[in-house]
Formats: sequence, C-alpha cells, structure tokens
Amino acid sequence: MTEFIQQFINGLSLGSIYALIALGYTMIYGILRFINFAHGDVFMIGAFSGYYLAMLFSFTTFTGGASVFMAVAILLASMVICSILGFTIEKLAYKPLRNSPKLTILITAIGVSLFLEYSGQLVFGADPKSFPTLLENKQIMNIGGATVFSNSIVVIVVSAILMIILRMIVMKTKMGTAMRAVSFNHTVASLMGININRVISFTFILGSSLAAAAGILFGLNYPKIDPLIGIIYGLKAFVAAVLGGIGNIMGAALGGLILGIVETFVSGYLSSTYRDAIAFGILIIILLFKPTGLLGKKEIEKV
Amino acid sequence: MKINTIVLISFSLLSLAFFSCSKNSADIIKIGEFASLTGSEATFGISSDNGMKLAVEEINNAGGVLGKKIELITEDNQGKPNETQTVVQKLINRDKVVAILGEVASSRSKAAAPICQQNKIPMITPASTNPEVTAIGDYIFRVCFIDPFQATVMSKFALNSLKVKKVALLIDQRNAYSTGLAESFRKTFVEMGGEIVEEQKYSAGDKDFKAQLTAIKYKNPEAVFIPGYYTDVGLIAIQAREIGINVPLFGGDGWESEKLTEGKAKDALEGCFFSTHLSMDDPSPLVQDFIKKYRAKYNKEPDAMAVLGYDAAMLLFDAIKRAGSTEGDKIRSELAKTKDFKSISGNITINEQRNAVKPAVVLEIKDGKFKYKETIAP
Repeated sequence: MTEFIQQFINGLSLGSIYALIALGYTMIYGILRFINFAHGDVFMIGAFSGYYLAMLFSFTTFTGGASVFMAVAILLASMVICSILGFTIEKLAYKPLRNSPKLTILITAIGVSLFLEYSGQLVFGADPKSFPTLLENKQIMNIGGATVFSNSIVVIVVSAILMIILRMIVMKTKMGTAMRAVSFNHTVASLMGININRVISFTFILGSSLAAAAGILFGLNYPKIDPLIGIIYGLKAFVAAVLGGIGNIMGAALGGLILGIVETFVSGYLSSTYRDAIAFGILIIILLFKPTGLLGKKEIEKV
Repeated sequence: MKINTIVLISFSLLSLAFFSCSKNSADIIKIGEFASLTGSEATFGISSDNGMKLAVEEINNAGGVLGKKIELITEDNQGKPNETQTVVQKLINRDKVVAILGEVASSRSKAAAPICQQNKIPMITPASTNPEVTAIGDYIFRVCFIDPFQATVMSKFALNSLKVKKVALLIDQRNAYSTGLAESFRKTFVEMGGEIVEEQKYSAGDKDFKAQLTAIKYKNPEAVFIPGYYTDVGLIAIQAREIGINVPLFGGDGWESEKLTEGKAKDALEGCFFSTHLSMDDPSPLVQDFIKKYRAKYNKEPDAMAVLGYDAAMLLFDAIKRAGSTEGDKIRSELAKTKDFKSISGNITINEQRNAVKPAVVLEIKDGKFKYKETIAP
C-alpha cells in the first residue's frame, strides 16, 4: 500500500508538469486551430531562464542560498521571459501566415521548434546542466515508509494554483470572455468589436508563461536540463492535451495528470520498456471510444 | 573578357587540385579519431581526445614514427551511432587514414567497427568494454578489459568488501554497454552466491526514475547496481535518495567523469563505488608523470578515459614502428602480437580475442572525489 501511495505521488508530480505544458497546446489550438509544436521548446527555454537567473543571483548548484522569496522571484521572471518569447514567436512566425493554409503554419511551427532546439545547443551548450537548488528539498512526510519530499508537493500545489488562476482569467475576466468568443468564431468575434490580434497575443503570453512555470518546476524535481528536453516533454504534453480533449482547458489538466500517473504505474509495476507503448495504447483506446478526448464536447467552452 | 574569366577559374581550380595532391604525399602519417566531443556524454570524448593529442605531441617531438610526423584527424560524432558511421566513412575514404582510434562508448565503437573491418583499417578503442566490439573482426582491438571481467570484479567486491547479498539492478535498456554489463553481472553474482532481488530498466536521457526506484525500494535490496553512464547516474542517485533508498549504489567505468558528482549528485553519491581502469591515486611514477604532463597541457585533472586514449594512441604508434609500414594488414598483425607493452594503465598483452588483459580498480566516491579502494586482478 505504501508503495502504491509513493508511486501515486510520483505520478502526480510528473503529471502536473505535463498538465502545465498541455494547457498551452490546448489554448492555442482552441484559438487558432493549429498545434504549436514550438511550445515544448518554450518550456525548455523556461527551464534555462531559471538556470541562468539563479546563476545571476549567485545561487550555487549545491545547497545553500535557497529561499522561498528568491524561488518565487525566479519563477515569475522566467514566466515574463517566456511570455515575451511566446509573444515574439507569434508576431514574427505565425501572424504573417494567419490567412495561409493550416499546413503552412504547422510546418512553420516545426521550424521554430528546431530553431529553438539547435540555437539552444549553440548558446547553452549541448551537455546537460545541473539545475540549481532553488528550494531546499526536505522530507516532510513518512507514511509507513513512503517518503514524501517537499519538492513533489511544491510541484503539485504550484501547478494547481496556476491552473485555478488560469480558470479565473478565462471565465471571469473581459479578456477571458473575448478568448472564448474568438475560439468560437474569429469573424463573428471581430464583428462584436473584439481585437483578434490582441486576444491571440494574450493567449500566447498565457500559454508560454505556464510553460515557463513547468520548466522551473521540472528543474526543481529533475535537476538536470539540456536543450532537447522540450522534444519529449512537448510531445507527451501534446498527447495529454489530445487525451483530455484538445481545446478544452480542464481536459488538458486531466489528460496531463492521467498520463503522468499511468506512466509511473507502468514503469513501477510492469516495465519501463513498455511505458510509452502502454501509455500511448491507452490514448488510442480512449480516442477510439471518444474521438474528441475525455472532456472534448462541441458545446463546451473552448479557449 | 569572358574567356579570360573561364581560363582564370579553370587555372585556379587546377592549382587547387595540385596543392591538395601535394599535401597528401607529404611526410606525414594520418590517423583518424572519432569521439563524442559534444553531446550528452561529451566528457568521454573530450578526455580520450586530450589523451590522444598528448600522445601525438609527444611522439612528434621525439621525431615521429618511421621518420614521419603523425597527424591526428579528429571527427566529432556528437555521441550518435549514425553520425559515427558517417564520420568514419569520411576518415577512411576522404582522409585516407591508416588507422582509427575510438571510441569510449561501446555502442558507437560497434557502429564504427564493421566499416573499419570492411576497409581493412585497424581500429583501437580506448575504453569500449562490451565484448562484442572486438568480436566484429580481426582488425578491431582494445586497450581495456571487457565487461564480463568488470562484472566479476563488482560481484566479488559486493560480496566480499561491501558484504551484501541482495542486490537490485537498474539498467539502461538501449545501451549495449549497460545491458551487456548487467547480463554478465547477473550471471557471476548469482554464481558466487548472491541474489538479484529486482531488475528495473530506463532509457538514457530519461529524467524521471522515481517509478523504477520506488519499485526497487520495496524489494529492500542491500545495494543497487547501476551499470549506466555518468549522465544518468547522478540524476538517478538524487531521486533514489529522495525516494528513500539509503543503501550504497555501485556501477562500472561508465561512471568515470568529473561531471558525475556535479550539483546535488555530490551528496547523493557519497560512499558509492564504481570499477574502472586505474586510479589517479596510483603512486607509480608512470601514472604520476602522466598526471603532471596532462595538468601542464590542459590545466585540469585527467581521468581514466584520458589515460586510455593516450595508451591506445601509443600502442598504435608502437605497432606501426614494429610493422615498419603503414599498410593496414601489417599494422594489424603487429597489434595482434602485442605482449607486455608498457602503458600508463598497466602492461598490455593482447589476447586471441584482441582484448587487453588488465586488472581493474574499485574507487569510492568521497566528498565528490574518487578515492582508491582496492585492485582486483584478472
């Protein structure tokens, strides 16, 4: 039983990271109906911003110097950096193609993704970097042998808070209403006096800042980052978004958590050889029965 | 005007061809090297490359080989097997090298070996320990021990020195080195009376090992054997401690890198062990002298991969000298006859399987440094 609890917490913290990245995929899909393949690499840039900011504020890669205040400051600063990056990517790469066929934007997204990955290798270096200790990782619980460390909890809690804030923005604010309107129909929304370009920029900023947060949380939990981590985590998060119903915010969060927990249980109880095979097998089965994903319905609010 | 331009272009092309020809016939012997100078296991390539360059510099200062200077042509394979094949083809076909040196990682050496064998170009790997590498053909040699021996060493060490009987394995499933070493270890450890209580797998580059480690933890092993590369071992150790695995971790020569104990891994790996080719604490004048030369040239500490790179290059030069020729088959037969060649990492005698028979050492990680623990002879 304790093993089960431990595995569940492992899965939950991995799933939270998937969920945060998946939100960006799903929001951009909701608004523009295309998969932003560069999103996983924005996540990578988020992790690296955290790394360099921490170096700048003279954190050592060892313990010491860790404080909650600095950790939050670095989290917010990375979110700002990635917001600017997301905003720029949209303005330079996607906006000029707004009226081109969807395939053109898709290929451009792949191009942007490769650009970020390989410039990352050039600028940061290809060898993995040890992520600094932003927060001291203390053992906070011991349920009959199942040890729970503070960082796993931090990941889960911070992700939950960010998702709640996102939900508030989308459901309660004027901009959120505009986002939902644009996701229904661009033309009609613009006829209602909504500035489509602003809404799209805002969506990219929102999605990219969540990816940055995911990058920092990733670094906390798995302190080794390299310029290519965005590929596999981006792909998994994309799968999570489809699993939950692409275009649906709650679905992305749910899909991420399910994927993380399933992967952990497959590795822990069966074999990690089949981890991806089984995780993706489940995806196929769910999509066979519910082609729109778990929560994907036509009527549900989309962003 | 137009004709003039054409004449000018063809003339310059001709002269270019002439110059590149004349360069080929100069008094040099070309030796090819492929190494992972970039990529995730970059320290393997950088260290062995540094060692080889040191050997080349020394031999050239001493007058070269057969009265000719050695030119080392280095290609970076970025740590990828398919890139390895491309660069080795290039070294053989375009640069016309007489022999090839490389690489540390067994999977990449295995990718290069068939090409060298086919072209009858002798290849010496400094540190690939997987037995299959030299089994590819009679042109492939190594200056290090092989994994079945390394597995015996670690089995003996676990049973006699660590005094543990219940061991769990965590294997990199896509790495020939890791699966080969794990298989040998499983066999010898059980034969000697040990018990494997759990076996888990990962893939190099994974970041999350908590699921596998949790499964290992609940089988209560007395030690965990991780035959992986340093790139993953650090992260595995950190997560093992978080999960609550507090027993020693131990592994093979894939751990050997200054980057192993970077960051939080330093505390996580305290009191862990790995087997490797030699210890830098070895008081023998050969080793200490090498350390001095290496420090003077590169301004950093050498590791075992640097020593093996140096040894591989020196053995090759010696074989070319003995052969009195740069023809592949002559160098090959001299390499095969190598007996008691004096090298930094111990005397090298090449056996029938073209492997070097040498003792191994076990190092302990103390305060982020590798300390000599014991030597285990073949």
